[in-house]
Amino acid sequence: MTPHDSNNAHDNNNYAADQVARASLDHCVKCNICETHCPVSAVTPLFSGPKFVGPQAERYRHGESVDHSLDYCSSCGTCTLVCPQGVQIAELNSQARAVMKADHMPLRDQLISRTTLMGMAMTPMAPVANAALGFKPLRMVIEKVVGIHRDAPMPTARTQTLTGWLKKRKAPTKAPTRGSLVYFHGCAGGYFEVETSKRSIEVLEHLGYEVIVPKQSCCGLAQQSNGLFDQATAQILKLCDELRAGGKDLTIISASGSCTGMLKHEAHEIMGVDDSRLADVSTRIRDIMEFLLDLHDAGELPTNFKTIDITVPYHAPCQLKAQGMGQPAMEVLKLIPGVKAIESGVTCCGIAGTYGLKKEKYEIAQAVGQPLFDMVKATNPDLALCDTETCRWQIAKSSGVRTEHPIYLVHQAYGLS
Amino acid sequence: MRTLSADVVVIGGGATGAGVVRDVAMRGYKAVLVDRVDLGQGTTGRYHGLLHSGGRYVVSDPHSASECAQENAILTRIQADAVEETGGYFVATEVDDPAWGDDFARGAAATKVPAEEISVSELLTLEPRLNRKISRAFRVLDGSVDGWQLVWGAANSAKHYGAQILTYHRVTKINRDGDRVAAVICRDDKTGEDVTINCNFVINCAAAWGGQIAAMAGCHDVQVVPGAGIMIAMNHRLTNSVINRLTYPADGDILVPVHTVCVIGTTDQKADDPDKLVISREEVQQMMDCGELLVPGFRDARAIHAWAGARPLVKDSRVGSEDTRHMSRGMSIIDHDSRDGLKGLLTIAGGKLTTYRLMAEHVVDQMCEQLGDVRPCTTANEAVPGSESGKTYQVTHRLHAREEDRLDDQILCECELMSRRQWVNASTPSHRPASTTCAANCDSAWALVRAVFARCGPPGSRWRRSTSTSSGRPA
Ligand SMILES: Cc1cc2nc3c(=O)[nH]c(=O)nc-3n(C[C@H](O)[C@H](O)[C@H](O)COP(=O)(O)OP(=O)(O)OC[C@H]3O[C@@H](n4cnc5c(N)ncnc54)[C@H](O)[C@@H]3O)c2cc1C
Ligand code: SF4
Ligand code: SF4
Repeated sequence: MTPHDSNNAHDNNNYAADQVARASLDHCVKCNICETHCPVSAVTPLFSGPKFVGPQAERYRHGESVDHSLDYCSSCGTCTLVCPQGVQIAELNSQARAVMKADHMPLRDQLISRTTLMGMAMTPMAPVANAALGFKPLRMVIEKVVGIHRDAPMPTARTQTLTGWLKKRKAPTKAPTRGSLVYFHGCAGGYFEVETSKRSIEVLEHLGYEVIVPKQSCCGLAQQSNGLFDQATAQILKLCDELRAGGKDLTIISASGSCTGMLKHEAHEIMGVDDSRLADVSTRIRDIMEFLLDLHDAGELPTNFKTIDITVPYHAPCQLKAQGMGQPAMEVLKLIPGVKAIESGVTCCGIAGTYGLKKEKYEIAQAVGQPLFDMVKATNPDLALCDTETCRWQIAKSSGVRTEHPIYLVHQAYGLS
Repeated sequence: MRTLSADVVVIGGGATGAGVVRDVAMRGYKAVLVDRVDLGQGTTGRYHGLLHSGGRYVVSDPHSASECAQENAILTRIQADAVEETGGYFVATEVDDPAWGDDFARGAAATKVPAEEISVSELLTLEPRLNRKISRAFRVLDGSVDGWQLVWGAANSAKHYGAQILTYHRVTKINRDGDRVAAVICRDDKTGEDVTINCNFVINCAAAWGGQIAAMAGCHDVQVVPGAGIMIAMNHRLTNSVINRLTYPADGDILVPVHTVCVIGTTDQKADDPDKLVISREEVQQMMDCGELLVPGFRDARAIHAWAGARPLVKDSRVGSEDTRHMSRGMSIIDHDSRDGLKGLLTIAGGKLTTYRLMAEHVVDQMCEQLGDVRPCTTANEAVPGSESGKTYQVTHRLHAREEDRLDDQILCECELMSRRQWVNASTPSHRPASTTCAANCDSAWALVRAVFARCGPPGSRWRRSTSTSSGRPA
């Protein structure tokens, strides 16, 4: 066994910290491009900015963590995306945060990192949970005790999980003509954003695919972004096993933009997970809009869409942009007659996973997202589109505009809703 | 023309001279140290940065090994602020014979150099970027030591005991009165003035320049041959501990983490003139290859600086080789009374920075003996100013400081994380930190350092305007 084949999280952490990200700091030419794009340093002086916290500060880090303000980084990944030198700035920050939190992880960060647990606990009592989370005095207690801001967006629990729906629904009537796909719904897609998963599955079935939904757990992204690398590593490898059980060599589709990013590159680049199972899954997984655009590029996407007359704001989430695949949703939406999708042009909505939930980060997250909320309201007060769950919750909560995954319009345009 | 007087004049403000002037002052002599430039601009500012554990010499030079082990412990105590306790390893790469490790282990035990064998997997967990073909590893107490901090620490201690430190005072002549030394003549290069320092005794610590100084006193043909070695600093620490090859001492066998950089070295080439050391292309390539052997990918990392220093190799047939009583291995004391018939002049050269305090002790002992004084050495018993807390240096210190003042100060030098306040204070001599090292991984930082340290511009004028600052940060 070479050290890198090991599943031992410690080895893996070292691999990431030392081989991938840390080596890249040498390439920084101090051009400041990352500084000008960081959505957090644009709104608060509390954060020293990506160049400082990344390639500069890293030279001063050895074991001990002394620069606690690095936790103001939201891990949005914008800096890494824009760096012309290939410095893995956001990855360095995430790794340094993991070292920092190794000793004193707040209970709050542990809790909000357990998306599945929250979903499982809330589903059976969804109406109660929703009402409770909408109840101001309770939220104030939660803020005080747990550190989740009283006004932070919370997912709406559903009465039915995706698995529940899959069990109860009528079997698809059309026999598959295009072979099979594996569907990865992610925690949110399984518990909170059930509608997005349903529509995605229905669209894929409409296209002629058999959609296999294996039993699946969390990708560990929230734990990763909160610096809990060991748990996150165990999570993602478990998930890889589950997705692989869905079928060998099948394409895996997901409408969970951020979880897809975790599988595609973050687990490897940030946590240094270097495991053949992850390598297998990460090369097979596609974002649903990316998949539809691929089909279109190959001339295989039916475009007999219904006309939908709508002008709709579209926001590409940071974690989607970080996947380096452009903005496939914009291209697909253009195929639907009548749809005029307007790209937000805003870097980040502020939430960055669980960042904007925390009481000490809430104001910053709101300031980051403000231009987006304004743009959304001005463009269409009734509907906005965005690919990831937490960003949708943030936009909806802060702008008051209903926010859906782009698949929503595709589903409608195929006459499925 | 200024005239001063002292019991003892120490020539050369490297580690040796600073150690000697501290020792002399602590023994109660009125002492003056002179250097032609600033302190630590000779070999002491151009060396490798390793605080030897002794491990390197356990087989080749057991006596030096024991001395290093003892002095390492003393310096970590009395000059804590100059020392980082990085720890170190001796590792057998694929080109080294792992069986040599047995000789090493035996040698370490015999010389009382603390060393323990550890498993390769433990080593790779601690230093994951090391060559995965390493077959054996020993842990030792190597550290890194900042030459400037060390020299200024010793000099400040000497000042505290009444010594005078005269920088930019170039010795041009040594006057004798019959068979005795009478005065040292210097040129103050800042004012152009000549300075005469009347004295009873002179200790020549000019190292690679020691032959030139001896000649000024009429002691000719003291042959000190400069042995030049090059080193290369890499932009960040590729390892956080000192990595030595587990082999008989050779070229390019040590990687030392020094502050935020790490330094690979070194070589040994005879030079003609210590002021004209050449860094050859071949040697640079040789060092990069050596680095690659320890850390795969070394050649792809960013090299930021190369420099050379000169070991003073004393080749003098008239050195009393039978008189080892006052000698450390690798160090030579030349008694010009017995060699040239001139009383009151000792030349000392060689040794290591790690053993500088011990060298000083030996030469000052010899001086006391010649003067007929009984004054014991106390330099090992007391911390120098700034090291009283006993807290050793940590690489995180400046990041920590900037974390504290990030909201009310501005960072001027980004590579070295220097705030505006630090620079403004640094340019005032009384506030100047003993050491502000710049690895110069950006040009502006290098310019800044030169501007302030050569004081070629009035503080706060030229360099302030010409320095770019971090964008988006509050001024
Ligand atoms: C390449 C290399 C790597 C090394 N690495 C290590 C290491 O890792 N660890 C270690 O312990 N040791 C190391 N050493 C050894 C160590 O650097 C030296 O032993 C030590 O620095 C010598 O100090 P010094 O004071 O004797 O000499 P120097 O520092 O050279 O001091 C001599 C001083 O004399 C001054 N001078 C010259 N002419 C005049 C004049 N006319 N008037 C007034 N002043 C004058 C010079 O300006 C200079 O400051 C290394 C040496 C070399 C060459
Ligand atoms: S964008 Fe990249 S190269 Fe430019 S300052 Fe940031 S990290 Fe350095
Ligand atoms: S990840 Fe986002 S918040 Fe963090 S430094 Fe980079 S751009 Fe700024």
